[in-house]
Amino acid sequence: MLKKKRNLVALSILLLLTIATITADVWLPVSPGFIDAAQRLLPPSGTFWFGTDHFGRDVFALTVVAARVSLTVGFTVAVLATILGTITGLIAGYYKKADFIIMRVIDGMLAFPSLLLALALVAALGGSVTNIIIALTFSFWPVMTRIVRSAVLQINSVQYIEAAKTSGVSDPVVISKYVLPNVLSPIIVQGTFIFAKAILAEAALSFLGVGVDPSTPTWGNMLQESQIYISIAPWISIFPGLAIVVTVLALNMLGDGLRDSFDPHARKNKKRKQHFVKTKIAS
Amino acid sequence: MLQYTIRRLLSIIPVMLVVSIIVFMIVHLTPGNPAYLILGEDSSAEAVQQLEEQLGLDQPIVVQFFDWVTNVFKGDLGESVYSSEPVLSIILDRIGPTFSVMLISMIFTLVIAIPIAIFVVWKRQTVLDPLFISASLLGASIPEFWFAMLLVLGLGVSIPIFPVAGYIPIAEGFLLWLHHLILPAFVLATVEIGLISRMLRDGMLEAVNQDYTKTARAKGIKESVVLMKHVFANALIPTTTVIGVTIAGLLGGTVIIETIFTIPGIGQLLIDSIHRRDYPVIQGVVLFIAVIYVVINLLVDLLYGLLDPRIRYD
Repeated sequence: MLKKKRNLVALSILLLLTIATITADVWLPVSPGFIDAAQRLLPPSGTFWFGTDHFGRDVFALTVVAARVSLTVGFTVAVLATILGTITGLIAGYYKKADFIIMRVIDGMLAFPSLLLALALVAALGGSVTNIIIALTFSFWPVMTRIVRSAVLQINSVQYIEAAKTSGVSDPVVISKYVLPNVLSPIIVQGTFIFAKAILAEAALSFLGVGVDPSTPTWGNMLQESQIYISIAPWISIFPGLAIVVTVLALNMLGDGLRDSFDPHARKNKKRKQHFVKTKIAS
Repeated sequence: MLQYTIRRLLSIIPVMLVVSIIVFMIVHLTPGNPAYLILGEDSSAEAVQQLEEQLGLDQPIVVQFFDWVTNVFKGDLGESVYSSEPVLSIILDRIGPTFSVMLISMIFTLVIAIPIAIFVVWKRQTVLDPLFISASLLGASIPEFWFAMLLVLGLGVSIPIFPVAGYIPIAEGFLLWLHHLILPAFVLATVEIGLISRMLRDGMLEAVNQDYTKTARAKGIKESVVLMKHVFANALIPTTTVIGVTIAGLLGGTVIIETIFTIPGIGQLLIDSIHRRDYPVIQGVVLFIAVIYVVINLLVDLLYGLLDPRIRYD
């Protein structure tokens, strides 16, 4: 019961944040871009909940609006990596011949720490939102392939799959009707973790100055700019960072909660550990 | 064991092939002419042509790839476009600081994560376990760079115990070296501590209810001894693989940490080179890190095979 409550809390946080950032233009009292030199570096107060930055902009408004890029990048990367990883994983798990080639490529891609691969790709492609999405998708989908493949291998020899094969059902039908539905839970769990990791990675890239254009408010860009003022106006650094932590924590809690609800005997089951090991390898 | 070793050694060939293709492609993924990008838009046509020749960009791509791989095997990673020095020597100059941070982080990680995991498993029936799970999830949700900023604010600026920037080579004094590494290594370790203690806990919880553990308890052995001798010892073998994973995490994280703490390691070199569009150095660093990672994983797997004979027959 406690677990269910936790999933619900996590989901509500994410929904609230999404709605808040989409509708920000309607309900924010001050425009996030509004510059007021007289109100520079003010500490948090009733008017400015998160204080103001070095241009006199409202840090709260900026933090809310910055969620757009972070959530868009995270969500898109999670969806794309999940689709690519699922397709390659299903093929690798189902066809022995393709397995060898696909897995060697995946092993090669996993030889780079994911942030490093993303950095290298962004260095080559340039730092637009689209390119960051491409770079992060490329860094995160190999893990999904591995997880889907091992899940497929586990059920490949199960009787109903064998039965479907021998009764002459075509491969695409077996895969989509019998294999895919049975490997869906690890896919959803891993997709949630990729969402979380992509948000962290996007923030890191922006922070390192190789991410989204500095004029676009993102949590990473805000933190990058706030660095010089950290000792005199720590609130500019604290709140965007907290926004990242809350969002990523909600996603991680959701992923962890989903894993437990899909797998009630998780503690005794080896599967859980394997998922964790694989999630870990991704990082 | 010999057969396992050979098989494992052979398996790195395709991996390295894919790695080298990816690293090679970094330059060729740039939109437009890489030589223009490096030199800037108002560069003369001769300068561009000269750089193209220097980088071999005027050759067909397959020829370029084989030339590049051949040179890499000879230890020639090309020359920096920025400083004209050989890339390999630039990298070798910078690995000292990076390895130092990683070493101290690794020590932090193991020294903190192992006791935490044992303690949590010992008190597994209490509220400590869900607390621990939440804490490890929280640890995985904090951006390293933000945590570093807060620590610098808290410990470096407000209570100046530890230096917040710079690096002192070990040759200039062990304590000075260590003193400068404490904060960066600690930040780098935090994420790993969360992940590794969680993996250890999961591994130990699996061993807690095994028959051999039950037998040990039935013989009247104290719970603390059972935990250490039977549970922990058996959870330790799979944990060797974790070390390889940790090193990968540290290698990735070091890029961020070196930038924040201004440590002149290969991570900072990479970021600087990205800003300078110094592609040969970018390629060199990325390749270097990938090779280290592959080699470490190879060693870990071989060690694993040595410790646990079952793995060899998989």
